[in-house]
Amino acid sequence: MPLEIIGITVLWTFLYGYLIVASIDFGAGFFSYYSMVTKQEHIINQVINRYLSPVWEVTNVFLVFFFVGIVGFFPDTAYYYGTALLLPGGIALLLLSIRGSFYAFANYGARKSRTYMFLYGMTGLFIPASLSTVLTISEGGFIEKTGEYIRFIPWKLFTSPYSWSVVFLSLVSVLFISASFLTYYAFKAKDSQAMEALRKYALAWSGPTLVASVGVFAALSQHNPGHFSNMLDMAWMFLLSLLCFQGAVWLIWKRKALGWSFILVMFQFAFAFFGYGASHLPYLLYPYVTVQSALTNSVMGTALVVAFIAGLLLLIPSLILLMRLFLFSAKYVQGEK
Amino acid sequence: MDPATLSRILTAETLAFHIIWATIGVGVPIFISLAEGWGIYKKDNHYILMARRWTRGFVITVAVGVVTGTCIGLMLSLLWPRFMQLVGNLISLPLFLETFAFFFEAIFLGIYLYTWDRFKKPIIHWLTSIPIIIGSSLSAVFITTVNAFMNTPAGFEVGKDGGFTNFQPLEAMLNPATPTKVAHVLSSAYVTCAFLLAGIAAWHLLKGKRSLYFKKALKLTMIGGFILALLTALAGDLSGKFLAEHQPEKLAAAEWHFETQKKAPLILGGWLDENNEVKGAIEIPYALSILGKGTPNGEIKGLNEFPKDELPPLYVHYLFDGMVAIGSYLILIGAIFLFLWWRKKNPWEKPWVLRGIVWAAPLSFIAIELGWMYAEIARQPWIIRGFMKVTKAATTAEHVGVLLVIFTLLYASLAVIAVSVLIRMFKGKNPEKELEERGIIL
Ligand code: HDD
Ligand code: HEM
Ligand code: HEM
Repeated sequence: MPLEIIGITVLWTFLYGYLIVASIDFGAGFFSYYSMVTKQEHIINQVINRYLSPVWEVTNVFLVFFFVGIVGFFPDTAYYYGTALLLPGGIALLLLSIRGSFYAFANYGARKSRTYMFLYGMTGLFIPASLSTVLTISEGGFIEKTGEYIRFIPWKLFTSPYSWSVVFLSLVSVLFISASFLTYYAFKAKDSQAMEALRKYALAWSGPTLVASVGVFAALSQHNPGHFSNMLDMAWMFLLSLLCFQGAVWLIWKRKALGWSFILVMFQFAFAFFGYGASHLPYLLYPYVTVQSALTNSVMGTALVVAFIAGLLLLIPSLILLMRLFLFSAKYVQGEK
Repeated sequence: MDPATLSRILTAETLAFHIIWATIGVGVPIFISLAEGWGIYKKDNHYILMARRWTRGFVITVAVGVVTGTCIGLMLSLLWPRFMQLVGNLISLPLFLETFAFFFEAIFLGIYLYTWDRFKKPIIHWLTSIPIIIGSSLSAVFITTVNAFMNTPAGFEVGKDGGFTNFQPLEAMLNPATPTKVAHVLSSAYVTCAFLLAGIAAWHLLKGKRSLYFKKALKLTMIGGFILALLTALAGDLSGKFLAEHQPEKLAAAEWHFETQKKAPLILGGWLDENNEVKGAIEIPYALSILGKGTPNGEIKGLNEFPKDELPPLYVHYLFDGMVAIGSYLILIGAIFLFLWWRKKNPWEKPWVLRGIVWAAPLSFIAIELGWMYAEIARQPWIIRGFMKVTKAATTAEHVGVLLVIFTLLYASLAVIAVSVLIRMFKGKNPEKELEERGIIL
């Protein structure tokens, strides 16, 4: 495989990892605040806290890994996106900072504060929205290059139907992924009250997820027909995604095999995300940057791949340990320890 | 103001804020691990409680460290896109490795926090503190190699078009500045945390809490603090020798050393008149030659040998002096404490000693800030010394000013809230009460 494909695959996989773990985390924050406002916190908060507390920091690292990695493999992206994304990137950073620190303040601090919970819960919804605009921008049309000067046109972004369809999709998928995971987690914790509440959320957000996905397809066909036709060539990926989605919703509906239903959700998003990514290639930014044009030299690329593999050998055992201690330890999940 | 100036202010502000929390993140795990290990070995629950209390405060500071670190990581691309385009691929190896180190640390911090009473053998819980230390110290090592690279770039060749070619990522990481910088950054982070924790213990003793717990905490941290203060000064001395050889203009700027000469004196304080004559300073004969070359006869390059437009601002002299003065103070206060203890004079009962230790805590943070300001400002006007000037690296985007305002507000509120959360966390929760509550473990 050519180096640029290995590089982008590694990075895309990490971004996918972030998509899943961060969605769980963002959604959980929102549900936790929502239940506090509707005075139902006693039902689901325990489950949410048990899961979140040990892993919140790990989530953030996935994102850092992605943006460090992309500049490493494709230095030109720093120049184009860096210049263009100053404001949107700055806002995403602000939200991430508020969320990260207030999570710690709210949960490790001496008392729960409503304001902290609010900041923590609501930023979780805005972050996916602001991060997803990076994908929107990558479709082209929002960045102009005149000579050496690169300019971002925010006005176009705000009035583009495509951009809003992506924002909507990111919001509903966050809530759907999160609710389907927490349903499973509550089930493992043998907390049937929480499970019923979360199951309702999951089902409620499944419909909008479907609608939003269709909306993105429609809007993209208008915004970037070239990319859209590439996607049609890979239609099987998206069909498999749809199948997984149906399977997952059916299992949640029937309260059966909830672990499998979450795995199906993961597959649903994997197919869609990798289908989207593969059809996006070779462009990193339409029409200026491709993976070939931006690629770092081969010595560096190889060094990065080696570092990545060595790092994974270290991390996978540690992650397994973390999961065994907190996710798959029946005693911990049920709150005995 | 132009985007370049605003970018510099925002970068400086973010780094100056991050370094406070990052330093705590690097140093405090060492002492948590020491306390828990000693407590298990001696079967002394005071030390175990110490580790628990320090950890509880630590998670709050780590959170601020993580979010501000994420800010810098992304801001490097947002504010310095040209810099990242030019060397992003070179320095991304250490940045990449740093991320792995964080990952490793984050995972084990999660485990450490939530498994206090889960293992039958306490030693297993203690073992999970080791990866935290390794992860946080390694991340400091990796990031410092990046900063070292900016001072003494290595591991590439300049192509015909002015771009860099023939990258050697390992050589870039192991550039000439790396060894001394890493040694000094690590030792200074450790020593700062030793005095931070010592200062807290001393403050409680001063307020009249004559408890055994704080006395033990003070002894533990002051032994560490004294040894580390010596090591920090040693590493700083080696940094001086590194500068004399590889970055002479930086050392000369710190010492207002204009003419190249042997037997150069070290200058403390003072000011410069309009002819760049040094006035009102204390001169220590030969000392600069010794700092730079290790012998009184060593020749130290002067500022007059460098092009005028490539000289750093000369006020860095005060930054350097401030750091060295504080370094000497830390050694002194550590020595006084240990001497009185050895002479059985109970230094923990002497208010003047305790007050001196309380002062050492904020002072060591000031030393960290002064040291970094000196290291960064005395690199001016370069962002990559000899290859790229700061003004050429900055973003051309408008709106940097807006970001500057937003992030200044963010850091200010994070500082206030983090401190008040910490205060609330420990208020009315003195160690004796906690030991009683935990009853069983006593
Ligand atoms: C507690 C903090 C602290 C203390 C007590 C000292 N330093 Fe320091 N110093 C630092 C914290 C620091 C630092 C923050 O870690 C710096 C900034 C950049 C760097 O590499 O380390 C630094 C930089 C730095 C440099 C510049 C290195 C470079 O740019 O490559 C020199 C020459 C010294 N120091 C020398 C000393 C000496 C002779 C000290 C005598 C006691 C001393 N420092 C105490
Ligand atoms: C030498 C000075 C520095 C030290 C000692 C240091 C150390 C640390 C520490 C201890 C953390 C918390 C990590 C954790 O617990 O997960 C942290 C976070 C971080 N730092 Fe720094 N840092 C330094 C400077 C920088 C600089 C200049 C950058 C940018 C290039 C940076 C990038 C980051 C990032 C991206 C994070 C967040 C990582 C995460 O999400 O876990 N640091 N740093
Ligand atoms: C963590 C401790 C650090 C602190 C407290 C610190 C402090 C500073 C300060 C005060 C400035 C402003 C200098 C001026 O405007 O004259 C600055 C500039 C800068 N530093 Fe550092 N620095 C640290 C480490 C690093 C590291 C490890 C990197 C490399 C990734 C770095 C990259 C930069 C850049 C890109 C600038 C802007 C360009 C410049 O003004 O030179 N810094 N920093």
